[in-house]
Amino acid sequence: MAVLINIPETAAPGEIVAIKILIQHPMETGFRTGSDGALVPRDIIETVVCLYRGEEVFRADLFPAVAANPFLGFHLRAEETGEVAFVWTDIVGATSREFRTLTVA
Amino acid sequence: MTLSRRAAVTGLLSLPWILRMTPARATPETMQGALDAFTGGASVREGRVTLKIPLLVENGNSVPLSVSVESPMTPEDHVEEIAIFNELNPLPDTARFHLTPRAGLAAVETRIRLNGSQTVHAVARMNDGSHWSTTTNVIVTAPACREV
Repeated sequence: MAVLINIPETAAPGEIVAIKILIQHPMETGFRTGSDGALVPRDIIETVVCLYRGEEVFRADLFPAVAANPFLGFHLRAEETGEVAFVWTDIVGATSREFRTLTVA
Repeated sequence: MTLSRRAAVTGLLSLPWILRMTPARATPETMQGALDAFTGGASVREGRVTLKIPLLVENGNSVPLSVSVESPMTPEDHVEEIAIFNELNPLPDTARFHLTPRAGLAAVETRIRLNGSQTVHAVARMNDGSHWSTTTNVIVTAPACREV
């Protein structure tokens, strides 16, 4: 599943960096009817978590009211060089992960 | 007699509207219920929260929204959670953002669906347990959820 993550590669100590993530996903609400008249089952990403050096920075709980291909923007205070992990879980419990390295100097 | 005929005509004309209103959807009352569930019945004060959302939206399927809260985001004083509520979608809950002091700045953004013109609410819970909120009226010309 395609994902776009916008995060700077380097940051100064204490700098607050902006992070943006766009995940390709239909975010099917479960309220729409398909061409056969039956409800299209709900298929959404429920949580998106960002971890910095293993510690949680940001977590989003998404509901059907979030637009298709969910976009999230948030911030992170850079401290030391480390891994930034992005973990998202959909309604059936399938988990996807992406990793970026933030170099602090 | 003319009055009763007028009443009959308006009644007939309003019938499609009544039929259109039947699908289950959130109301300002159910939204208040969801908001109370979030706050646990605590009092909510106006202020500290800024909600940026276009006042006039052409396409309700993707409405950009950003929320920021005045907070130093230190371990002693930070925003714990921000919740977005809507009044007219099938569910009043829209999105929730859990923040920690590592975020450094209490500012988040996303894109949401809006099923019609309504008031969008943003509520922030601080680590001291206080709640702050703001609201914005949005006019939506092409609502989400209608087209199939």
